[in-house]
This record gives sequence, structure tokens and C-alpha cells, in this order.
Amino acid sequence: MQTWTTAAYLIAALLFVVSLAGLSRHETSRSGVVFGIAGMTIALVATAIVAFGSASGLGIALLLVALVIGAAIGLWRARVVEMTGMPELIALMHSFVGLAAVLVGWNGYLEVEGGAAEGGAGGAEQLTGSLLGIHHAEVAIGVFIGAVTFTGSIIAYLKLSAKIKSAPLMLPGKNVLNLGALVVFAAFTVWFVISPQLWILAVLTVLALLLGIHLVASIGGGDMPVVVSMLNSYSGWAAAASGFLLGNDLLIITGALVGSSGAYLSYIMCKAMNRSFISVIAGGFGATATSAAAVEGEHREVNAVGVAELLGNASSVVITPGYGMAVAQAQYPVAELTRKLREAGVEVRFGVHPVAGRLPGHMNVLLAEAQVPYDIVLEMDEINDDLAETDVVLVIGANDTVNPAASEDPGSPIAGMPVLKVWEAKDVIVFKRSMATGYAGVQNPLFFRENTQMLFGDAKARVEDILAELGAHVRTG
Amino acid sequence: MRDTTEDAESPPPAATVPMRIGVASESAKSETRVALSPETVGKVVALGYGVTVQSGAGALAGFEDSAYAEAGAEVVDGPVWDSDIVVMINAPGPEEIGKLRSGSALIAMLAPRFSEERTAALAAQGVTALSMDAVPRISRAQSMDVLSSMANIAGYRAVIEAAHAFGRFFTGQVTAAGKVPPAKVLVAGAGVAGLAAIAAANSLGAVVRATDPRAEVADQVKSLGGEYLAVEVEQEASTDGYAKATSEAYDKRAAEIYSEQAADVDIIVTTALIPGRPAPKLITAADVASMRPGSVIVDMAAAQGGNVEGSVAGEVVTTDHGVTIIGYTDLAARLPAQASQLYGTNVLNLLKLMTPEKDGRLALDLDDTVVRGLTTAHAGEVLWPPPAVSVSAAPAAPQAAAPVEKAPEKERSPLAKALPSVIGAVALFLITAFAPPELAGHLTVFVLAIVIGFYVIGNVHHALHTPLMSVTNAISGIIVVGAILQIGTGGSGLVLGLAAAATLLAFINIVGGFAVTRRMLSMFSRSPGRS
Repeated sequence: MQTWTTAAYLIAALLFVVSLAGLSRHETSRSGVVFGIAGMTIALVATAIVAFGSASGLGIALLLVALVIGAAIGLWRARVVEMTGMPELIALMHSFVGLAAVLVGWNGYLEVEGGAAEGGAGGAEQLTGSLLGIHHAEVAIGVFIGAVTFTGSIIAYLKLSAKIKSAPLMLPGKNVLNLGALVVFAAFTVWFVISPQLWILAVLTVLALLLGIHLVASIGGGDMPVVVSMLNSYSGWAAAASGFLLGNDLLIITGALVGSSGAYLSYIMCKAMNRSFISVIAGGFGATATSAAAVEGEHREVNAVGVAELLGNASSVVITPGYGMAVAQAQYPVAELTRKLREAGVEVRFGVHPVAGRLPGHMNVLLAEAQVPYDIVLEMDEINDDLAETDVVLVIGANDTVNPAASEDPGSPIAGMPVLKVWEAKDVIVFKRSMATGYAGVQNPLFFRENTQMLFGDAKARVEDILAELGAHVRTG
Repeated sequence: MRDTTEDAESPPPAATVPMRIGVASESAKSETRVALSPETVGKVVALGYGVTVQSGAGALAGFEDSAYAEAGAEVVDGPVWDSDIVVMINAPGPEEIGKLRSGSALIAMLAPRFSEERTAALAAQGVTALSMDAVPRISRAQSMDVLSSMANIAGYRAVIEAAHAFGRFFTGQVTAAGKVPPAKVLVAGAGVAGLAAIAAANSLGAVVRATDPRAEVADQVKSLGGEYLAVEVEQEASTDGYAKATSEAYDKRAAEIYSEQAADVDIIVTTALIPGRPAPKLITAADVASMRPGSVIVDMAAAQGGNVEGSVAGEVVTTDHGVTIIGYTDLAARLPAQASQLYGTNVLNLLKLMTPEKDGRLALDLDDTVVRGLTTAHAGEVLWPPPAVSVSAAPAAPQAAAPVEKAPEKERSPLAKALPSVIGAVALFLITAFAPPELAGHLTVFVLAIVIGFYVIGNVHHALHTPLMSVTNAISGIIVVGAILQIGTGGSGLVLGLAAAATLLAFINIVGGFAVTRRMLSMFSRSPGRS
């Protein structure tokens, strides 16, 4: 490979770093995306020039067709996706990277090892001795990570889009299964390095595909923010493994960047749930949900008129959204409610729990879509101390993230998880479809508090009812 | 008196009879306040108590007897010393203590830190003495902290007194008759009184500066519109919420600041008090002399000896040089209606805490830190001073940076903590050392890129998690480079086909990821009119 391609790759890698750095702040986020696109364009053009130099006519044709179709599908999906469907889309895209990594790995084997076995015909470069051994290992590792990412992301996608049940799959001895798969993988990799045979690679691939399925299937829906960012991390590692395989620094740098940033996001999510990364990966909440104190008591119901009255007289309101808001597509009426209240002089803010929704930052994206200004959307830590001075808290589709048991009942399965202390506010209105428990399967004592009132029904419809009522109240009051 | 900790000496009265609370007239001549306002009396009655008010007790605060009667109190002409609970502002004199019933309770500002004799006398009388000025400074007890509520009023009043004595505007103005510069105010000590003074002076339009040995109050000063003058010397953090005596180096630097400021400002309000000690001298006679004629100093610590050289407790002094030094010790009492209202609410909150059953029976739970802290005498024994309560107004220790590890359950030795890192480093060293040169180069790049990845997104804003993720997702489509290169070099049709499929998949990711991120980011908007 010529020096100028390396130079182009270096510039591309730098642009990616600048892009990620830009994306950590609102002010620079848009330019961050532009940097990312620029880096990608430079990398692609440089690569294409190299490829065109040596590729056959068929190869060039295939390449162009693949690029055009890929771009068309990508643009189409990006345009039509609902913001509530972002988690699914992202999970699905992770699976593409995983599958691509598997394909690249297989190709690497077919080109080099396969070529070597046939006496060097078609092999790109001739590798010998320890380099060849390392190449075998790289193929095995790259394919393994790619395959786990692929099936894991597919399962995550299916769970997120409710095509399969999101309850955790509880196979007996699931930890043994996972560990066993890793041990077998290590053994097969060693075998493959010593004696590279196609069937071993095939077994490895199947093993990794199964591990990916099992890994994500045994994680409950409530842990999905962690899973999605973990898969994001995996897709980066898969790219980095391909980079090692191909001896391409750009792939290594980019893969490592994505891998470590995804890992960091997972860490943030885990911290928000007060759980270790290992315990999330090893299985869902349900495993420990045994010793929670039974919650008994009567909940009080309220109707839209009562809520409108309460809001009309409030001077500060905090809205804590959860996945339920996304499901009900209630973000637009909620934004409208916010606008109306703010016009009437009420201080309205949003308190977003780090793991609200099914994707890190999910709630922020939904609220932004509905044009809620981002400077009134606050993080848990920013708003928790203010909740005691708040007149009304509207809990819309959130459950576990506002559960007082987390801080008050040491026997609760979610004990120790930091939560939004909505119960400290003067009045709490909980929007809920019924009295069912949340994803964690934990009953929520909040519903039985003296200052809590329940508003049952579809969140979107209820918020619209309140809007209608509020019109009258704000005008007269 | 119902007693939940030990047997009381006198047999408790029948549980059904609610206790009577007596609101006594203050005997101190200058006292204008009254311990319960009519509004708070109403709420005390709601707790189940009977309330007797000495006629004329609220007259100076603007509360008439009829208002008390309307609120549900019985107004009597004589003193109320035989009540079950006597409520006052100031501590009663020795004679009045003699009139209290054994087994009754007294709620007032008893100043146990300054008068051991009084505490002893109350104990000897068999009175349960609840001292409002001994409420521990913990957040739960804030609603009963009369020192805070009185200091708030006094700080406000101090600025009003200063404005009254000051011959100029506080606010800067440009008028047809010429330009008026804003007054400059220095507030020494940013406790409750100091903060109230800062807020009041700021709202009158003055330029306000403040000093305090506790650096952690800087933000509070700023939030009220003041400028915090830091004394750049190492200083121990406060653990009990009160300022401590300061170190020598600190005092020296602080004195310099006061001298500089005295020559510059028009008004000085000093609020520096250290519990149980005479007030620190902050402003020397030379500082006072350096002030412009017409300047005003309010020494809120005059009763404890004063922060200002030359101040006289309870009086207004004007120096030869024309500087007015106000040493009023009754600043809170100069806003009697407000002070009585807040004091009454503090008492009400205490009664609420001590009347869990809302049955009009005072329950003394000495296991409760708040109750224990303010009980100075009970059943013949002196209970002062209470065991220490430590609150953390001090900043928390900086957290150790441990990005991937949960806090360990129990303390591990430094060696054990470092072990995983050491093993990791050794493993990395071995792998790189024995790898072929080409792989070693890749590993270097790989490890450094991981570190960059962590740092680059370490401060990501929580709202941008999703866009960040979709961009990293797009970028991880860089694997397309590998696939394209394989197309370029690929010989067999199978390799070509697989590579083309990989290209297609990865390119969906790249284009889709970037496009959807742009779409998302275009939605984020700031509320209009904010910077």
C-alpha cells in the first residue's frame, strides 16, 4: 500500500476523533457529524482508488452496485424511521457491522489460508511462519466477535421492536453456557491456528452466532440501554479485529474508538442502575427479584380535569418521561403541554433518568423531535435536589426509575439504583395504563403514597385531555 | 408530659387531656416580638393543644388580643407561667423561672452556651428546657432553626438601617441632574445574615462584595448577586456548618483585604460570629478612619463584642471623621411582625415534630438528634451540651477516577487494587514484545486509540447519547474499507461475492448512520431568548 493511502487514512482517523469530540456538546455536535462524513469520504475515496487499481471489471461493477444499493437503503431507512423506533434501527445497524465483519473474516481466510492451501494461487500476500499463525488467530477472533455482534443485535432488534417477548430467557446454567462457549472458542482458536481448516472456522462461526443469541436473549427489556451500547462497543471491536486481520491501521483506530466509546456508554448506563457490567451481561433483573417487600395499600385515581386544575395552580412542574411515553407516542402532546404551561408562566422542566427508554439518550431525542428546548431537559442528578420544591411532578410512562423502593427498601431487587425522587414533590401524577409492574417486575410503592394520584389510560390521550381542560383553566385563571 | 425515654418524676396526667401552651409577654424592655403569631396559634390549636395568650403579648408586633382569640386562643390578663408548655422569645429571668411548674416545658431562646446558671436553674426547677437557639444545624432541623430565621431578618434590616443612615442612593443613576455612582457594599461573613444582607443590598442596586472564610459559600454569594472576595490561604473545611476560628496566615491576608475594601466601599455590614467565643475584630480603627465621610458600618456582632473597633452594642456612634457605626443588637426585633411570624413557624415546626400523634401531647424523644440537641434540661438534670452532630457543609472528597470498576465493598490494600492493572500491563508488554514487528505496530495504534476513545467521549452530554451512538455506528461501518480492499484483490468469485455483500451492509450503516444523526441533531433546539 502506498504512503499516500496511509496519509489519507491518518487524516480520516483524525477527523473521526474530532467528530466524536464534537458530538459531546450541543454547540459542536453538527460540525462533529460533518467531520465524520468528511473522514469517511476521504477514507472511501482513498480505498476506492487503490481497489480500482487492481480490481477486475466484475469487481468494480460489484463494488459500485453494492455502494449504490447500500447508500439507497441507508438513506431510505434514515428518512422514514420514527424517533420512537431509533433503538431498533441502531440495533439493526449494529448487526450489519457484525455480519460484515464475519464476511470480511471469512474472506480473509479464503484469500490467505485458502489460497495457501491451494499453492498460493489467488492469495493476496504470502504470509509465512508466525505471521501466518497470527493471521489465523485474527481470522478466528474477528469472525467470533462479528458473529456475536450480528446475532446479538438481531435479537436486540427483535426484542426492541416487540417482535419477540422482551422478558429474559432463563436457561438453566446460563452462566456456565456463556463461559463454556468462551472456553470452547479459545480451544478451537488454538486448533485453528495450528491446523487451519474450513470446518473449524464454520464451527466457530456457528458457536459465536449461538452465543450472541443466548447472550442477548437472557437480558430483560429494562436493561436494553446497556445492551444497545454494549453491542455498539462490540461492533467497534469487530471492526478493529478486521483491521488486525487486514493490517489496516484505519480500521484498528476507528474500531478502537467506537469500541471504547461504546464501552464507556455502557459503563454510564450501568452506573445509573447501580449494577455491575458483568451482572447486566450475565442476566436480567428477574434473577434476583425475590425478597422485595410486598407493597400494599390503596391508590387514588384522578381525572384529566383534576390534573389540569393542579397544573393551572402550580408554579413549578417537573415531567419525568419513560419508555411508556415513547410507546404511546405522547411526546407531541407533552411538548404542547409544556409550551402552554410555560406561556402561562409555569416553570416546566424535564427530569430524565439515564436509563429511561430503551437507548441511551432516547428520551432526549424524542423530546427534541417534539421541539422541547434542550436546556429545560435535565439529567437526574441535575434535578433531584429541586424535586422537593416542585409543586407537581408528572410521571409519564416511567416506573422503575421513580421507584422509592430503590432507596428505601434494601430487600428490593432494584435497591441502591439511583432514582428520581419524585415522591418528594408536593403532588405526583402517575400516567399509567394499569397497575401492572414495570420491566423490573417490582411493585412501585410510589403509587400508594399520600401525595400520589394515578391517571389511568393511554398517555397520549390523557395528555390531550389535559390540554383541552387546561385551555379553559389558563384562560380563566 | 409524656416521656418516651425514661420514667418522669411526676405521674403523667391523664392521656386524654391536651396540654396547654402559654404564650408569655416578653419582659425585656426592647423586645417587640412575640413567640407565636395568631396564624401560628391557629395551627398549634390544630395539633390538639390548648393555647393561652397573655393579654398584650403581641401588641408591639401588631397582633391584637382579638386576633389571638379568633385563632382559637384563650386570652388572659395575668401571666401564664403555670401552663404545661411556656413559649417565649427570650429566656425568662431568675424570678420568672421560679414561677414555672415542675414537670412543665419551656420553649425559648435560652442561650445555653452563654449561661450555665440559667440552665442549672431550669434543671433545678424540674423544667424541660427546649432551647430554640440550640437546634442542630442539620437539614431536617432547618425548619426549626430560629437562628437562621432571625439572622435572615437581621441581615435585611442591617442594610435598611445602613441605607437610612447613608446620605446617598444605593443604585447608580444617570439623571438630568448628573450621574450618581452606585453605592459599594462590603458584607463580612456570608452566613444566613450575610446572605440576606447581600440580597437586600443587591436588590437596592448597590455593588455588593462579600468575604467569608468558607470558600464553599462563593456560589451562594454569586447566586444572590454579590462578588465573593476569596482569601487565598489554605483553610480547613467546616464540619459543623459554622465558621471556625481562622489561621494566622489567613487572618493576615484577610486584614489586608478589609483594609483595601474599607478605603473603597461606602457601606460595611459585618456578621462574623464564632459560636461560644467573642466576635472576631475584622475592621480596625484605622480601617474605619480610612473610609470616606458619610460612610456607614453596621456591626451585627456588636452584642458579642463587635467585629468593628469602636462599635458600641445597642448604639449608633459617629466618628470624628463622619463615619456612622451602627451597633444595634435588636435588628430582628426591629421587624417585629415578620420576626414573630417566622419564630412562631419555627416553634410550630418543633411542636409538629414533638407531637407525632397530633393529640396535643408533647412527646420527648431523646433518641431524636434534633430533640436531643435542643433539650438543655429535663427531669432535674442538665442535658447541655448534647453529643456532637457532624453535618457536611464541607465539600465531599473528590471521587477517585475508576471508570470501569465498581466501588469495592470493603477497603482493599493498595497492592491488591493495583494488581489487575499490573497484570494487564505485564500481559500487554509480553504480547507486544513477542509479536512480530508489524503486529506490534498495530497493537500500539490499537491501545492508544482505545485511550483516545475514552477521553474523547468522557464528557458527553447526556442528551447526546443517542446521536453519539448513531455516529459511532456509522463510523464503525469503516469496515467497508476492508471489504472494498478485498474486492480489489479478490480472485475467486466467492471472495468477490462475500466482499460485495459486506460492502453493501457496511455502506447501509455509514449512510444511514450519518443521515439519521443529522436528522436527530436538527431537532435539538434551545429555548428562545436564553444564552
